[in-house]
Amino acid sequence: MRYAMAIDTKKCVGCSDCVVACQVENNVPIGHCRDWVVEATSGTYPDLSLEIRSERCNHCTNAPCVRCCPTEASHIVDGGIVVVDHDECIGCKACITSCPYDARFVHPEGYVDKCTFCIHRVEKGENPACVSVCPTKCMYFGDTDDPNSEISQLLRKRKWKTLIPEAGTEPNIYYLT
Amino acid sequence: MSKSLNRRDFIKISSLGLGGLAVANPIFDWLGGSMNSGESLQETIKRIPTYCEVCFWKCAGWTHLNEKGDIWKLTGNDNDPHCNGRLCPRGTGGVGMYYDDDRLKTPLIRTVVDGKQTYREASWNEAFDFIAKKMKKIADEHGPECIALFSHGSGGKHFGRMLKAFGSPNITAPSYAQCRGPREVGFFATFGEGIGSPERVDIRDTDCLVLIGSHIGENMHNGQVQEMSDAIDKDATIITVDPRFSTAASKSKHWLPIKPATDMALLLSWIHVIINNEWYDKKYIDKYAFGLDELKEHVKTYTPEWAYGITTIKPNVIRKTAKEMANAAPSVIIHPGRHVTWYGDDTQRLRAVAILNALLGSWGRRGGFYNPEKKKVAKLDIPKFPKPSKTWRDAFPDQYKLAGLALASGICDATIPAADRDCSFKAWIVNGTNLISTLPNQANTIEAIQNLDLMVVIDTMPMEITGYADVVLPECTYLERYDNLRISGHREPTIALRAPAAEPKYNSKSAWWMAKELADRLGLNDYFPFETEDQELDWQLKKVGSSLEEMKKIGLKKFERKYDDLYPLEGLPEYEFNTNTGKIELYSTAMEDEGYDPLPKFTAHEEPPTDFYRLIYGRAPMHTFSRTANNPNLTDLMDENKVWVNPKVAKEWDLKNNQEVWLENQDGIVTSFPIKVRVTERIRWDSVYMIHGFGHTDKRLSRAYGKGASDAELITQTKIDPVMGGTGMRVNFVTFLTEAPTKGAA
Repeated sequence: MRYAMAIDTKKCVGCSDCVVACQVENNVPIGHCRDWVVEATSGTYPDLSLEIRSERCNHCTNAPCVRCCPTEASHIVDGGIVVVDHDECIGCKACITSCPYDARFVHPEGYVDKCTFCIHRVEKGENPACVSVCPTKCMYFGDTDDPNSEISQLLRKRKWKTLIPEAGTEPNIYYLT
Repeated sequence: MSKSLNRRDFIKISSLGLGGLAVANPIFDWLGGSMNSGESLQETIKRIPTYCEVCFWKCAGWTHLNEKGDIWKLTGNDNDPHCNGRLCPRGTGGVGMYYDDDRLKTPLIRTVVDGKQTYREASWNEAFDFIAKKMKKIADEHGPECIALFSHGSGGKHFGRMLKAFGSPNITAPSYAQCRGPREVGFFATFGEGIGSPERVDIRDTDCLVLIGSHIGENMHNGQVQEMSDAIDKDATIITVDPRFSTAASKSKHWLPIKPATDMALLLSWIHVIINNEWYDKKYIDKYAFGLDELKEHVKTYTPEWAYGITTIKPNVIRKTAKEMANAAPSVIIHPGRHVTWYGDDTQRLRAVAILNALLGSWGRRGGFYNPEKKKVAKLDIPKFPKPSKTWRDAFPDQYKLAGLALASGICDATIPAADRDCSFKAWIVNGTNLISTLPNQANTIEAIQNLDLMVVIDTMPMEITGYADVVLPECTYLERYDNLRISGHREPTIALRAPAAEPKYNSKSAWWMAKELADRLGLNDYFPFETEDQELDWQLKKVGSSLEEMKKIGLKKFERKYDDLYPLEGLPEYEFNTNTGKIELYSTAMEDEGYDPLPKFTAHEEPPTDFYRLIYGRAPMHTFSRTANNPNLTDLMDENKVWVNPKVAKEWDLKNNQEVWLENQDGIVTSFPIKVRVTERIRWDSVYMIHGFGHTDKRLSRAYGKGASDAELITQTKIDPVMGGTGMRVNFVTFLTEAPTKGAA
């Protein structure tokens, strides 16, 4: 079992519904977010292109945040989801420094917080809140170990990229291009 | 209140100590109904049906409560064709409307303390008695028709019923003359039917979608955004015409970076190409259309080479895109857009859009324009409304003859007394629309307000318009109230219920209750025969074979179509259109009869003076107009607008990203607040762009005050559409002030 997300940049309009749905679902305090939207424009008028990406923790297979955590608060659970045990976290921020994706923040209550792939929903067989809400249906969540899953099929059929692959973290968020 | 020139000073509601009781959360007192069995109790408490009020799309969904019974989150109803189970960011963030602690909390009445105007807190009885007394006096002296209702949202239905019963037909919404009016008139003149909302466009099944200044994806009209995504999935061709590289443009096979204000030339040229190459749907046109010969003659000179000089779009691109449309036809949509009041010839431009669709045979065909069906629900058993003796139209003899609805801007203008006009309005009731931001020319709006004997504003938030009212009534949010059933037309007819998920916070109340209380005081209780709105809904629901109890469980009910005519012109059956000739009128006899051009002509529009840039405004997906600007969840996504400036222009003015500038328009009006610069290739060098709805001036909007700048302040000029009175607003030009202006802004 290897949970992953594929996000279709051809369909994403950058509306940020994923951001607000996550905030509400997970009671993320106002002023913080576990996912965010990036827009990258290239070219000169009128020869332009725009890529919009919904970004979050990449739930890396080779996760530097897990390796550097002194208390093992950051750890990997079944399906490869990287989670933080709030009670074990001492707020040392080593993981924040180590993450090439800037996916972590300090929660006002003192622990480090980030995307959990909505593990509480996934355990019930539901999709993460961001995937469920997306009006363009540009986000796909599933098991890349299962060759028949929708996400595996998409990754075979479509061109894709990951972010900062050179960091060697083996990220599990794929961007269909 | 004494009448003097400045009797209506703007009052900042923040200057008051506002009370209002925070109500605890006694769920069991109000949920009522099916609370007996354990399981249904659990289910009922967990989620309550609603339909969204953050914009006009009205997606059906659920309000979910947390373990404590407090409102937690909102999700879409899977069966709803408006949203298909997925709310947009504004709908998802609708919880912020409920939790916003800047909400209006209790009724307020304007008063004078130590020579200074202020508001005092009032009881509901006091507020209603005050309003009813004034309304009766105005009716006695001038007639009830001199009272107008401006509304945008569900509450307008209830106040509208009260006002019609009182004798005034003057009920208006800025969504007509400031927004979609021209397209309704343009399509009606052509096909004998308008577009309506949600738009009857079959995007999910189309092979070619053409957007003209319509920025789907940034305007988050939910079902439409979803269907555009479906169209991308199936590799439909998207063609976007926009001076800005919009999100939609970035998804398009062809982006036509048109010179602003020249869209008509492109449309006429496309028509020219399609007719001259005989790429139009001959069978369809032969059978259904009137006036092809006249149209052909009319567009003879509108060649792509002619259009190139005007639009800057190359002739081969015009031909190539026309061919793309023709190849896809009839599965093609030249989208009618929504906010289309741009240059004053908007009805004619939308006529050109309608004609193009007609030539390609997309009206009434799969992948083009479908035929929506609405569920008919029983009308309430109430007396007939009295027949008014005058309407807003009397103020505009021989003008705007094809306006289908009342003009918000027209009623505003007709409030300022003029020698040649005997219908001037004496009272405004304003519900859910911040007229200071929605009507053009703020000075004109404020002058009109100074002439009123009564102004009542009903809102959830202390928007700027509340500061001009005599009485402010705090409306509860949509999550705290019932409203009329949602019965908008779609591919399948549906009805949706909005039910309260919490008691109204503070001392706020529902519009239905307010309208009924006012009606009672005006002797109009027969028009509100039920004691509570849930009784009224239950009666109505039982007439369509449902009930309030059932609807509370399902939220939305689908019905079979009565007629199998989703695509009525598929297979080219005999068909009579609702026009004078019974045909699709390429040549409009209705326009001709009223003295307007029967075929759309090109008109050159004014260009920006040196050092000025055309002001183009639009939407962000996480905000609706100015009404969400203070929503805590949505401001967290975006709390200010920026002015988009092309790098060439930035270089000339030495502007840097995030530098603060003030914008000054052609009339010397300067924005109240500075706005940050966004240097981007995505906008043409002759224009600037900003998101509408920011730059709020009321400090009580603690998150929105002073954030970004207001485009509405800069829209002092309009070009009025002679056909239907729409206010063309893309006719304003701005320049940059890099230092704080010394004199105050307007």
